[in-house]
Amino acid sequence: MKSFVFPEFQVIRDEEKCGQCRGCERQCAFGTHTYDPAADRLVSDDHKCVGCQRCVVFCPKNAIMVRPSPSFYRPNASWSREKIEDLKRQAETGGVLLTGCGSDKPFRIYWDHIVLNASQVTNPSLDPLREPMELRTFLGRKPDVMDISADSGEVEIRTELCPNLVVETPILFSAMSYGAISYNAFRALATAASRSKTYFNTGEGGLPREMREEFGRCAIVQVASGRFGIDAEYLNIAQAVEIKVGQGAKPGIGGHLPGEKVSSSVAETRMIPQGTDAISPAPHHDIYSIEDLSTLITALKEATNYEKPISVKIAAVHNFAAIASGIVRAGADIIAIDGLRGGTGAAPKAIRDNVGIPTELAISSLDRRLREEGIRNRCSIISAGGIRCSSDVIKAIALGADAVYIGSAALIAMGCTLCQKCYTGKCNWGICTQDPRLSGRLNVEIASQRLSNLISAWSHEIREMLGGMGINALESLRGNRDHLRGVGLCEWELDVLGIKGAGE
Amino acid sequence: MMAAQIDAADVETKELNDRLRELLLSGAKRVSIRNVCGQRYIGTRLYTPQGLRMDIEVFGTAGNDLAAFLYGHRIAVHGNAQDGVGNTMDAGEVVVRGRAGDVLGFSMRGGEIYVRDGCGYRAALHMKEYQGKRPVLVIGGRSQDFLGEYMAGGVVIVLDLAGERHDAHFIGTGMHGGVIYLRGSVEQSQVGDQVEISPVDEADRAVLAEYVTRFMERFPETEMTKEEILASGFVRLTPRSRRPYGNLYAY
Repeated sequence: MKSFVFPEFQVIRDEEKCGQCRGCERQCAFGTHTYDPAADRLVSDDHKCVGCQRCVVFCPKNAIMVRPSPSFYRPNASWSREKIEDLKRQAETGGVLLTGCGSDKPFRIYWDHIVLNASQVTNPSLDPLREPMELRTFLGRKPDVMDISADSGEVEIRTELCPNLVVETPILFSAMSYGAISYNAFRALATAASRSKTYFNTGEGGLPREMREEFGRCAIVQVASGRFGIDAEYLNIAQAVEIKVGQGAKPGIGGHLPGEKVSSSVAETRMIPQGTDAISPAPHHDIYSIEDLSTLITALKEATNYEKPISVKIAAVHNFAAIASGIVRAGADIIAIDGLRGGTGAAPKAIRDNVGIPTELAISSLDRRLREEGIRNRCSIISAGGIRCSSDVIKAIALGADAVYIGSAALIAMGCTLCQKCYTGKCNWGICTQDPRLSGRLNVEIASQRLSNLISAWSHEIREMLGGMGINALESLRGNRDHLRGVGLCEWELDVLGIKGAGE
Repeated sequence: MMAAQIDAADVETKELNDRLRELLLSGAKRVSIRNVCGQRYIGTRLYTPQGLRMDIEVFGTAGNDLAAFLYGHRIAVHGNAQDGVGNTMDAGEVVVRGRAGDVLGFSMRGGEIYVRDGCGYRAALHMKEYQGKRPVLVIGGRSQDFLGEYMAGGVVIVLDLAGERHDAHFIGTGMHGGVIYLRGSVEQSQVGDQVEISPVDEADRAVLAEYVTRFMERFPETEMTKEEILASGFVRLTPRSRRPYGNLYAY
């Protein structure tokens, strides 16, 4: 069937600069560029371009420019070009529209409507270059009461402490499974987590056996509805176990890793036959209630001899704070809350762009709810979904999070340009693909260095901002909404966030 | 100490499993637990990096998640078991001389489970196989709805020894691997769209003979003889496709 959809992008080649090296042809797995030997020139098929900018970056002559196609339909406020083309695609295929990455829709980004405080004159600001600034964070259950004895002259904690994760900076790598991302990308995340003294999350695709010993000490392993790659060793070698109930990009639905992406190594790690679809059902079919969740949480604590904190990851949706309260009471030590803009390797577009709530609102209502119920100490909150920079991190913490997960930000550090074609398995940047020719483009050493640099840069900025507020420990900022003010927000938004308007 | 006894009367789940773990680490090879009354996760906390193995006999009613994440141990229950037997089990064997509850063998990837009587809903859900690991679940009675939903591998045999006829629905919905054998017959309306019902062939008969033999060794009290069971009619349920949702999306 002839497709009626416009090309999304326009490839412009400067013929004077082009040296016919055919580098662009080799770089593009979508087949956009081809060499015409008769004319000794490169030609481009705009229809195939996904706008990932790989050829642009790697053209040795800087001869290529890729920009959104300027073609347009008659302007119509209701029928945008995207709406028209999505509809055409569905009319041509009869399929569910699939997409990758987090939602690109213009929902209000609350980070950009919140400003931070700084000290002036009284309560002087601190200089992180000469003052120690504490970013170390403990994630997990804290006791209701701390019983300390100082009888023998030495202070001793009598209360039995629950296992906690210790991170040197409140930034963890979000769950991205081997299978969804390439081995090299997965290994780069693990390597960077290890170097930066933080954690990476395996996602639900298992942890390759040869990585277990080296990277178990910086791994959070996931137990999701498909239960892929899970055995007792996997659970025990990690530092925490996360039950994935929901994901911000696709709350309420499961996932299908298509058979094409289930290579022999992915199959081995997921412990399923090669080439079969890896189907994660929408719910965990052994969890139909909070009581069932409690059973699984305890089963995982049993399986790990009560030595690991158990996290439960849910998508931020309506009334989730009440659900989260139940999750804490069911025994979770950490709640990971993933907001509307959370990323994904593949999600139906209708779900990604229409289900869930922004993470900023979610963190604040969750923190407040747990405080009101007097159970905030029983769990830590990791906020995920739409963290783009160090100021987002610090605002998340002031709104009540203990730490954040970064997914898209980490991928961007490795080269991702958010072209949203993750589900095709043809990622030219070698990140979201199982094609060895493409994944080989991602050098583990360089990619992990880029990730470590990011963590280090953000951590330094966080120290600067903390110092500016006259605070020398992240702990003092947690849930400290007095340091935030809203700009351009409605009354209800300020109420949900629990912050005052700027100038107040 | 090679064999040990635990009296589980008035012992909480955690304490019972503490004791089981201590016994395993102290070298016990066989443990029998008396007066079990709903204590959960028996066998779950028995992972050791060196792969120590133990045989456990349970007298009474085993609670939820018996043998969850089981790592190669053998557990025999003289009584019934509640929900979640063999949840995400990796290897080993569970024998229930009685009936099992819901979500039996959920997501199990290896090992064998034999249940003398029937079981509840959602048995063998998302069971899967991998390389040399092929989980086996044999049920002497009947299973309820959603048997083998999303099944991705392994062998399930439902014997219906009392001849009550299979009345479950939604059998094998979303199934994309593995095989279910039912003694007797089943209507197309009882199985998921993704399931093909066919008669058993010689190869299937060999599989059935192997596991029915093992079932009979574990439950010699069964009224029917092995020969009678094997001579019965069986149907085979297999997935029509390994990729049931391959054409769902627009690219």
